[in-house]
Amino acid sequence: MRVLKLNSVTVNYGKYSAVRQIDIEVSEGEIVVLLGANGAGKTTTFKTISGLLKPTGGTVNFEGAPINGKSPDRIVQAGIVQCAEDRKLFPQMSVQQNLMMGGYIHRSKKTQLKESLKEVYELFPILYDKRDESARLLSGGQQQMLAIGRALMAKPKLMLLDEPSIGLAPLVVEQMFTSIQHINKDGTTILLAEQNANAALSIADKGYVFENGRIVIEGTSEELFSNDEIRKAYIGA
Amino acid sequence: MSSIFTKKNTVIALIVLAFVIPFVLQNQYYLHVLTLACIWSIAVYGLNLLAGFTGYLSLAHAGFFAIGAYSLGLLTVKAELSFWLAFLVAPIITMIIGTFVGIIALRTKEHFFAIYTLCVGYIIYLIIDKWDSLTGGVRGLIGIPSPANIGPISFDTPLSQYYFVLVVTLLCILMVYRIVHSLTGRTFIAIRNSEELALSLGISTAKNKLLSFVLSTFFAGVAGALYGSFIRFIGPEISYTTIMFDFLTYLIVGGIGTLSGPIVGTFLIVLLSQNLQFLQDYRMLIFGPLLTLLIIFSPRGIVGFVLTKYHQHQRKTSAVLKDARAKEG
Ligand SMILES: Nc1ncnc2c1ncn2[C@@H]1O[C@H](COP(=O)(O)OP(=O)(O)OP(=O)(O)O)[C@@H](O)[C@H]1O
Ligand SMILES: [Mg+2]
Repeated sequence: MRVLKLNSVTVNYGKYSAVRQIDIEVSEGEIVVLLGANGAGKTTTFKTISGLLKPTGGTVNFEGAPINGKSPDRIVQAGIVQCAEDRKLFPQMSVQQNLMMGGYIHRSKKTQLKESLKEVYELFPILYDKRDESARLLSGGQQQMLAIGRALMAKPKLMLLDEPSIGLAPLVVEQMFTSIQHINKDGTTILLAEQNANAALSIADKGYVFENGRIVIEGTSEELFSNDEIRKAYIGA
Repeated sequence: MSSIFTKKNTVIALIVLAFVIPFVLQNQYYLHVLTLACIWSIAVYGLNLLAGFTGYLSLAHAGFFAIGAYSLGLLTVKAELSFWLAFLVAPIITMIIGTFVGIIALRTKEHFFAIYTLCVGYIIYLIIDKWDSLTGGVRGLIGIPSPANIGPISFDTPLSQYYFVLVVTLLCILMVYRIVHSLTGRTFIAIRNSEELALSLGISTAKNKLLSFVLSTFFAGVAGALYGSFIRFIGPEISYTTIMFDFLTYLIVGGIGTLSGPIVGTFLIVLLSQNLQFLQDYRMLIFGPLLTLLIIFSPRGIVGFVLTKYHQHQRKTSAVLKDARAKEG
């Protein structure tokens, strides 16, 4: 079943079009990756899906209904949660309080929140060890885990992950992608933006390649893997 | 040794001190100053909720303080309502006006918000000053009653008024404490941190900002109503920008975005300026540079400075403990 569909979406910053007439489709249970160099338009696309930016043209459909024009908090309630690339946390709150903020939309369901908290701690045991520590004291990798964990607390149907591997050591990147696969297996559809094409394509079902705000290539992971241009540009082999 | 100085004990000691101090001082004038400081601090707590915890610096706060005071004054003097009913309604009126102002003002952000609310504050001043037939204009409003008796308890002595104001102040601080430590409070902090992040967690920032704004006007209204009943004479100058910047100074010196900042800052400055009164307007020659230095070296005021030092100390001792344990094991 198709969960998300972008129909010829264009996004402008002032007069400048950062994203031009892109079409994206994500089906239930998939991991879909957006590849592209710096400034290609991945984050802009994510912000448009999550409602932080309004498209100048085209529509965004989620579960068959248009969501462009809805406010970001409504979109979270509908089931799309974004984990932004700057992995911003609440530095003055503890790790656990950060996670609880992620469960904001379920704030009245105490038992569900407890359950989600347990799941996040199972996925990232290090967060459990540091649950009472201030979030500002976490390492980069732990911060990313906390950002993802916080997004999971909202129990999204579709999770948008913007460059989760950026700035992480290779070993941590590997762990991160294993965790993402795990989250996906547990029933969350994932849309991922990445520069690390190798790692991303190895867990993704399909991908889109952005160049200067346009989608230039799309295909299944296998197709993209075997595409010479992509190998040259993003995999370096 | 250090266990005696826990947060809880310190708070209890301060409350006890506040209750016995009139007997220690035995000085009517100081009692008057302390009562006023309590009233100001309530207003500053309101400002802190919005500017400190939510990150929206409203410069209309003195205006809402005045609305609270004038509501009480007009309701008791002109509408001849009973004191307690008026005391209840005054903050509500302030909140209603606050809601309307908030809906419009919160369409702006940052310095635009500050400028916009500064204008609102000035408009409130002009309305009070020029609407002679309602507010008495520059002549002000006289004859506001003190709190009416509750059974055998009367509020006609400075001492009883001090206790009345003190109890209301403590209740207000308790309320702010509960708000800040609730999910609502953390929502405000989330908004201050990053509105975009708050939005992407599903927080309706528009609703919560308005809530914070209206809550802040509630405290301004309570403080204003107390002021009216305590001084019993009010004029348009209580809505003027000088009062606004007094509030802001108290807050910044005490510690913006901290729980004890408003009370620390207000008492410190009010008491200091009483003692430096012989310097008259030259006081500003001392306060100005001090304030500048404080903002540069401790943006979260005196309380922020103490908290930072305290946390550093704690981290050091816990690190030392860890080292010791590591050596043992
Ligand atoms: N707020 C903004 N105002 C104006 N232009 C912007 C803004 N944000 C992004 N852009 C521009 O839009 C284009 C796309 O940016 P975007 O952040 O979507 O790229 P990206 O693919 O996420 O890049 P990266 O991999 O570096 O994160 C860039 O040319 C960028 O300069
Ligand atoms: Mg980006």
